Amino acid sequence: MSLSRQDVAKVGMLARLALTEADLDRMTGELSKIVEFVSQLSTLDTADVEPLAHPLDTRNVFRDDEPGTSLSTEQALASAPRHDGSCFLVPAVLGESGSA
Amino acid sequence: MTSPSATTAPYTTVIGLEVHVQLQTRTKLFCGCSTSFGAPPNTQVCPTCLGLPGSLPVMNRRAFDLALRSALALNCKIAPFTKWDRKNYFYPDLPKGYQISQYDLPFSSDGSLEVVDPKGEFSRQVGIVRVHLEEDAGKSMHDEAAGVADSRIDLNRTGTPLCEIVSEPDLRSPQEARAWLGELKLLLVYLGVSDCNMQEGSLRVDANVNLHIPRDDGSLAKTPIVEIKNMNSFRSVERALAYEAARQYEEWQATGAELGSAPKQTRGWDDAAGVTRGQRHKEESSDYRYFPEPDLVPVTVSEEQVAAVRAEMGEPPAVLRGQLQETWKISAYDADVLVNQGRDLVSWYEQLARLTGDGKVASNWMQQDVLRTLNERASTIAEFPLEPAAVADIIGRIAKGDFDTSRGREIFAAVVETGKSVAEVVAEMGIAAVDDSDLEALCRELIAANPKIVADVQGGKEQAAGGLIGQAKRKNPNVNPGKVRAMCLELIKRGEA
Ligand SMILES: [Zn+2]
Repeated sequence: MSLSRQDVAKVGMLARLALTEADLDRMTGELSKIVEFVSQLSTLDTADVEPLAHPLDTRNVFRDDEPGTSLSTEQALASAPRHDGSCFLVPAVLGESGSA
Repeated sequence: MTSPSATTAPYTTVIGLEVHVQLQTRTKLFCGCSTSFGAPPNTQVCPTCLGLPGSLPVMNRRAFDLALRSALALNCKIAPFTKWDRKNYFYPDLPKGYQISQYDLPFSSDGSLEVVDPKGEFSRQVGIVRVHLEEDAGKSMHDEAAGVADSRIDLNRTGTPLCEIVSEPDLRSPQEARAWLGELKLLLVYLGVSDCNMQEGSLRVDANVNLHIPRDDGSLAKTPIVEIKNMNSFRSVERALAYEAARQYEEWQATGAELGSAPKQTRGWDDAAGVTRGQRHKEESSDYRYFPEPDLVPVTVSEEQVAAVRAEMGEPPAVLRGQLQETWKISAYDADVLVNQGRDLVSWYEQLARLTGDGKVASNWMQQDVLRTLNERASTIAEFPLEPAAVADIIGRIAKGDFDTSRGREIFAAVVETGKSVAEVVAEMGIAAVDDSDLEALCRELIAANPKIVADVQGGKEQAAGGLIGQAKRKNPNVNPGKVRAMCLELIKRGEA
């Protein structure tokens, strides 16, 4: 299995990477090699192997519904590139939210 | 554009709903930050819900239990094994760049919830595709009118536990959709799963709708499915669906466009304008590249756990309606009115019905006097100043003939107003039962003074006795009109006048 230039362009767009034409050329080759390497796994017979949801055997890790310590607003905003003292500031967001 | 009524429309409206409800926990799904509404922006955040490097999520047990309870109440199958997945997209209110949600192994699926119109106009069994547990995003605010260049982001809500409930496209009219949402909300509030407050964002609804239009040759045309967002009340949902159905029919007549001819469209409801509007649709937005969340381990649910949650769940509203009709012999409509007011009011009613032994009379008092008072005061039954015993006392005195129902209402109002006991109010209002000898003396006096009425009654016009009742009330406001009438008629007939 190898990747097309369009596949790589789409993945780049989804990751919000600004790929140049030269980047696309290089990435298409490199990513294809990675995918081909990993796809060796598909040659194995997995008929009797249970799907793996998580590498650990641990299950059912919960915490109680007890309040913990939150940050102060000042701490929360400290690393933000821009804020107004109460909210994070970002370039205008218009239109629909991504999801919920 | 107006919507044709369901019976005359030349098409069937096909509706499925996607509902998000906030679970009633004290803290967020994966961290100990508070979920309380209305706090100043960014005061309920921590490294985990801000998605800061090195932080790790740990699942809130109560959130999972509440989600389980919701799914069981919706008759879902509970998966013995469930996991969480990352849904990847970029939006400023989603600091991690992904939402922790459930993709291929939700904890529950294949349920149903029936809605029955109390007036018998429709009933609909609606399938539930799945119920899953996920985290909420934050809030972005943009003041377009002020022409401000930036959006402001408040992450207090980020990581709040949500149940996502997805229905099958089984609803067939905007009215049904609204009624079904009402039933879903009532159920979740009864179970203590969510307060379902739409104003505070604890319940949000998106709707998928299209039309099935019979063609002359007997085949069916299906219009493209539209997803409607931004509906802020159940009434908006009903209006938006009615508008959208009519819009799709017009569009189909104009273009003939059918399902599959274009990707699913998202339209936003503009409540003030009463229209849906197409939203800009990013082509890639459905490509969320889900993959298993490595920071959370899977959860297993045993049959014993399911049985335990089921056992402590309490009756859902639909069961309670049936019980009230059966036990207290009230109509489906009356049971519906009472049950829709919530579990506390139903308990209050049940006590009143037990004390009076008459479910119908108790139901009338609840609906007319108690509910009216609650509405006037905009308060709940928990804040109501009277105990059921006080109302039962009034009802009992009416039954004994101490006073009539309208006098009883005045006493009820005075007791509510003053906080005094029924006995005190009765004494203060000078309401004393008129004993039978006083009543008889009064009736004789009236009969003597009204020979024309007596003659009319003797001539077969019993209704003429009504004239005596008014006079009796003026002479003694405490007399029971029914008793006056009965005694006057008896005296006239015995010829003792
Ligand atoms: Zn937090």
